[in-house]
Amino acid sequence: MDLTNEDVQDILHVLDSLPFGELSLETARFRLSLRRAGNGEWTQALEILVPPALAADAGAAAGPAEPASSGGAAAGPGRPAAASPAGAGLTDVRAPLLGTFYRAPRPGAPPFVAVGSLVGPDTVVCIIETMKLMNSVTAGVSGTVTEILLANAQFAEQDTVLMRIRADR
Amino acid sequence: MALLRRILIANRGEIAVRILRTCRLLGIETVLAVSDADRDSLPARLADAVIRLGPAAPAASYLDIDAVVRAAIAARVDAIHPGYGFLSENPRLATVCDAAGIIFIGPTAGQLEAAGDKVSARRHAAAAGLPVLPGGEVTGEQQAIDLAARIGWPVLVKAVSGGGGRGLRPVREPAGLAETLSVAMAEAGAAFGDERVYLERYVTSGRHVEVQLLGDGRRVIHLGDRDCSVQRRYQKLVEEAPAPLLAPQLRAQLRQAAVALGEHLRYRGLGTVEFLVDCERDAFYFLEVNARIQVEHPVTEAISGLDLVAEQIWIAEGNSLRIQQGSVELTGHAIECRINAEDWTDSFRPSPGVITVAEFPAGPGIRVDTHVQAGSQVPPWYDSLLAKLIVSGRDRPEALARMQAALGRCQIGGVATTIAMHAQLLGTEAFARGGPDTGYLDQFLRRRGTGHQAAGRLSATGGRLG
Repeated sequence: MDLTNEDVQDILHVLDSLPFGELSLETARFRLSLRRAGNGEWTQALEILVPPALAADAGAAAGPAEPASSGGAAAGPGRPAAASPAGAGLTDVRAPLLGTFYRAPRPGAPPFVAVGSLVGPDTVVCIIETMKLMNSVTAGVSGTVTEILLANAQFAEQDTVLMRIRADR
Repeated sequence: MALLRRILIANRGEIAVRILRTCRLLGIETVLAVSDADRDSLPARLADAVIRLGPAAPAASYLDIDAVVRAAIAARVDAIHPGYGFLSENPRLATVCDAAGIIFIGPTAGQLEAAGDKVSARRHAAAAGLPVLPGGEVTGEQQAIDLAARIGWPVLVKAVSGGGGRGLRPVREPAGLAETLSVAMAEAGAAFGDERVYLERYVTSGRHVEVQLLGDGRRVIHLGDRDCSVQRRYQKLVEEAPAPLLAPQLRAQLRQAAVALGEHLRYRGLGTVEFLVDCERDAFYFLEVNARIQVEHPVTEAISGLDLVAEQIWIAEGNSLRIQQGSVELTGHAIECRINAEDWTDSFRPSPGVITVAEFPAGPGIRVDTHVQAGSQVPPWYDSLLAKLIVSGRDRPEALARMQAALGRCQIGGVATTIAMHAQLLGTEAFARGGPDTGYLDQFLRRRGTGHQAAGRLSATGGRLG
């Protein structure tokens, strides 16, 4: 792709002397649309259409490729529908946003909770890491952890059931 | 002297696009190293070739030194450009590159070590005559309490191997020190593989001003200063050049101090010396050295007319500086707003997803550095920077007015962004006046009653990039 910011400026310069308020340019390589607002100022949207030129793998040790939408964890991503339905009296703890599920505050530390742990509504039960931010997930209810559905460092889609808790009566 | 013909870009996002642009202008072939999450990214489409590093998780791809070097050898490149973040300041990558006969576009491994270890950087700064905040390395609780009493409260606990705003914890009173110390050491051990921490006096109100350096290993020049005081949890959000409202003498002292440190290190390549400026006392203190290109480099490019990536490549080829200090001309004013995929009205909650709309302003004095277009994925594994909007003008008021108009023409759909926050922040009287301190953004957010609603639910452990 050879369309630079400078090229766009040059095109705008030409357009400024013409009576047009919009330009759409599509080639096999890119799609550029320029629009002039009422006050004469320009907005651009550029899409590069050429597919990437993928060279050979860097080496066998890099491991098999994964689908682009999937996670880097050993197990496949946890998905909202992956878990069996919660039984009576069980409360689901769900991923508040998509990210990597961690059972402990840092590598090597003991997990926040295990099956059988007693928790309160504000007890932190795990972490979901998204975009380099650690998001603490709380139990939401008082009760006992009965099930942990994901492995540590497994990727979770938003709303995935992470754990189940038997709520106190 | 080695003419670079083919470069591996060992990074992603907007900085990968930025490096590609200069390589294209210089006629250098590009190979982009990608994780599985980035195989169809905008930089992947722009690169001459793309080579796979590994899975999406950074530890298995962009942070894997062996994978990066393997990719460089497989792609038969002359050099690696590490960008910022990831492995950009990793001395081992520089050493492994040397051994493999590949040029590392950056400082020497020794300089990366000197700057990367914060206690060592402090020592070098002091040796070069720069003012450093009172403080020192601590190993135990009692020693820390004694040291804190000597340097005065509040204090800041910092990780020796931290950086980029990571591993910093303020402590306001003696009672909190022991616990913070043990948590900070454990965290530093986990995050940086180095448990060592040190204490420094915590200056609660100051400005973050930094000086851009360029060296060839013999001679060092500066390319002016930048103000990066608009920060949240040590993450920069708005940067400008030059730093507004600095007394001429103070500005000259800052630039001189940075060059003195660069000369002391016999610095090679592009680097930045960060300072904390106490405006009430017209005093300044050394903070750290960033031995790489920074996120905010475009504001310096805008006022100097230089291409800093081209200068990095020129120096990496073994040339001497081709710019004299006297010929560096800084004119006008430039402002950069970082547009992140975050919901700023909800504690800056990260917002990965698919971009549906990506429209940016265009026109004189406007530059957009981005890696997104309609259909782009914003993966959850990396930082949230979507685009940088850089606007320049003949003076600060013109740049500011242009930026406000430009923000109004920015439209990104599919994920939450910080565009509206910038529009409101830049509209405040304090920002228009210039020179707000590092506490300003928090005050602004508190006043608006947003961004702090769920304080504590999100805890930042990620890295600032620039």
